[in-house]
Amino acid sequence: MSEYRDPELAKKYLEEIKKTVTQPWSIMEVCGGQTHSLVKNGIIEMLPKEVTMIHGPGCPVCVTSLSVIDKAIHLALEKNVILCSFGDMLRVPGSGKNLLEAKAEGADVRILYSPLEAVKIAEDNPNHEVVFFAVGFETTAPANALSIIHAHRKKLNNFSILISHVLVPPAIKAVIQDEESKIDGFLAAGHVCTIMGNSEYYPLSREYKVPIVVTGFEPLDVLQGILMVLRQLEAKSYKVENQYSRIVREEGNAEAQKIIHSVFEIKNQIWRGIGEIPDSGYKVRSKYQSFDANQKFNITINEAPENPDCISGQIMKGLKKPFECSQFGKKCKPTNPLGAPMVSSEGACAAYYHFSGLVEA
Amino acid sequence: MSEKKLRMQLQCPMPKLDFDVITLGHGSGGVLTNKLLDSGVFDLLSNPILNEKHDGAIFKLDGEMAFSTDSFLVSPIFFPGGNIGELAVNGTINDLSMCGALPKYISLSFIIEEGLKMSEFWDILLSIKLACEEAGVQVVTGDTKVVEKGKGDKIFINTSGVGKLHPKAKIGAKNIQEGDSIIVSGNIASHGMAIMSVREGLEFDSEILSDTTNLNHTVSSLLDEFEHKIHLLTDPTRGGVATVLKEIAQNIGLGIEISQNKLPVNSQVAGACELLGLDPLYVANEGLFIAFVDATIEEDFLKKLQKDSNGINAKVIGKVVKDHPNQVVMESAIGGKRVISMLPGEQLPRIC
Amino acid sequence: MCLAIPGKINSIELQYGGAVRMATISFGGITKEASLEMLPDADIGDYVLVHVGVAISKVNEEEAQKSFKYLEELGELGELTDVDNYLPKSM
Repeated sequence: MSEYRDPELAKKYLEEIKKTVTQPWSIMEVCGGQTHSLVKNGIIEMLPKEVTMIHGPGCPVCVTSLSVIDKAIHLALEKNVILCSFGDMLRVPGSGKNLLEAKAEGADVRILYSPLEAVKIAEDNPNHEVVFFAVGFETTAPANALSIIHAHRKKLNNFSILISHVLVPPAIKAVIQDEESKIDGFLAAGHVCTIMGNSEYYPLSREYKVPIVVTGFEPLDVLQGILMVLRQLEAKSYKVENQYSRIVREEGNAEAQKIIHSVFEIKNQIWRGIGEIPDSGYKVRSKYQSFDANQKFNITINEAPENPDCISGQIMKGLKKPFECSQFGKKCKPTNPLGAPMVSSEGACAAYYHFSGLVEA
Repeated sequence: MSEKKLRMQLQCPMPKLDFDVITLGHGSGGVLTNKLLDSGVFDLLSNPILNEKHDGAIFKLDGEMAFSTDSFLVSPIFFPGGNIGELAVNGTINDLSMCGALPKYISLSFIIEEGLKMSEFWDILLSIKLACEEAGVQVVTGDTKVVEKGKGDKIFINTSGVGKLHPKAKIGAKNIQEGDSIIVSGNIASHGMAIMSVREGLEFDSEILSDTTNLNHTVSSLLDEFEHKIHLLTDPTRGGVATVLKEIAQNIGLGIEISQNKLPVNSQVAGACELLGLDPLYVANEGLFIAFVDATIEEDFLKKLQKDSNGINAKVIGKVVKDHPNQVVMESAIGGKRVISMLPGEQLPRIC
Repeated sequence: MCLAIPGKINSIELQYGGAVRMATISFGGITKEASLEMLPDADIGDYVLVHVGVAISKVNEEEAQKSFKYLEELGELGELTDVDNYLPKSM
């Protein structure tokens, strides 16, 4: 992988980017992984000032709705439930506490690398209910779906998933359609497209006349993707291109799509900080309802209101920058996040906070 | 298991006891406690001061001294490359070394959860004995308590230690100057990733071993040669290299610049970090130290350290600068710059 | 989203009575298990991208080489000078 981090090539890309731009452009990188790469490698500072990167809502940790997190915490505190989760969800605050705090109060919360391990935990603990907090984009959906298929195959009755899946293309559509948004081009999420393919982006590109380039996550991937978008913008072309062709096929992964559709179906979804976006989430199909924690555990938790000071919705749509928020760096910091984008290291606010020193200097 | 440990096991076989597991009775101070301690701790760690078996240790130590304490709660208690016993001994020895002291005596306190297998406790004791011998220190006093099942995590260990300051040492953050060279003694993140590799839910097959070891001989010989030109020594344990550098930058009111390309990392450790989405800069280390030295001795210091068995992979990773005071700035692999900040809490593996 | 890294398939095992293909994948010396259920034609020796315990795609070496040639191709349009620096690196 080191060849995708070659500093000499990176320099060439930056030179080429500088040569290409003749006017200011705003590009949104959709995915949190891309944001992480931009910040971690210091790329944002290295881009010419004409290029503004806007951090999109592509952080499933950040956009998981408050009520789902509250549900997870409620389940975790039930004595008989083993709540399994990906690591990055543990510090996200619900309306009150977060899962890490619930763990401190005695909840059996376990960090797992894979949802398939949760199935194993269910097998090994037949007297406990095991719930996997299934968060993610389309990239993670096949793995979460597989966990249900495995559990079904093993005839387990103590396994279920608490689902909070979000879909990327509807989010991009919502961002583009917002009259106030001023985004000229998009870097689409490479690993999401690995699963789903690129087809959903063609109508968006055509209708709204925006270049969309599917990119990977290494620094050279992101730089190449930015260059490809800029070349299109300067040439007034609006098409979908695939920078990540070593991994992404036009049609995506058919087997993975089959698995997703056999277990999940599309529904409207609430995105924390943005609101409801139609057809932008997954729910578990009725034939697998015994593996759906929402059905199994009848908990109704109302959507708690967001902190009124938090402008995360505007930030995730690219309408405002984090330092334009009145609470940024004051009441709202990574140790005390008021809203989603400050929580995860890929959220726009956390990313800006971490390299804010340089910005001020 | 290392050759030394194997030899130790043969030389000091576990005594025949009429119990397999440690119970509450063993911590209550009566017959059972004596059985455990006499046949276990005292015999194994025997030395004239400890053998007095008094309420405290009496010894003579002249001059300026350093004193340190640390508690060890690592889970799992046995991990690739070591166990909680040697970690506890090395931890305090290294803290004393970071002060510029020559560790001499340590105290040893156990809080054992009832049900701990005697064979596991023995293994831990053997590791403690070996670690003490390697470092040249003695356990002179201690304590053993047993708590009910569920109130401890197998075993917690506290060690405190005392040592005389090296006559030529002048260590302190206030000695750090602009231009100082920052040197790390070896590969980073090994200990933390060794632990991760056996943590349930995050396991993977690897040959990553914890780098826990005593650093006092290494540090002492460096102090012999370079004396007060070594401005600060510190060991980046919990929170990793990033956390300790940030703390120092804030303390000294100067800036720190480091370079990602210069950070020494074992390739398997780097791979494991990628797999779990962890940044090696924030992963815990054990047998590792960072030195802030006068720029004039950088080359000689590095050469001498690299000849030491604990410094083979030592590298210069950065320097102290006047710019961006209180901040640590890292040049990334592709040349961009980013500010290194402290994490709000323990680094969690990410999927994103 | 989403952290996925490439690794090489070292061995494949059938589990659950032949229903599931699980692979042992090597990521630069670290090995971990991953499901191959989404890549029915992946085989030993293939490089695959793994995300949370599931292999989601094969790495296409030819395409990988192409991406390194991108700047070189731009150079052919007469915009760059030092072409030698853009020759593809070996994987």
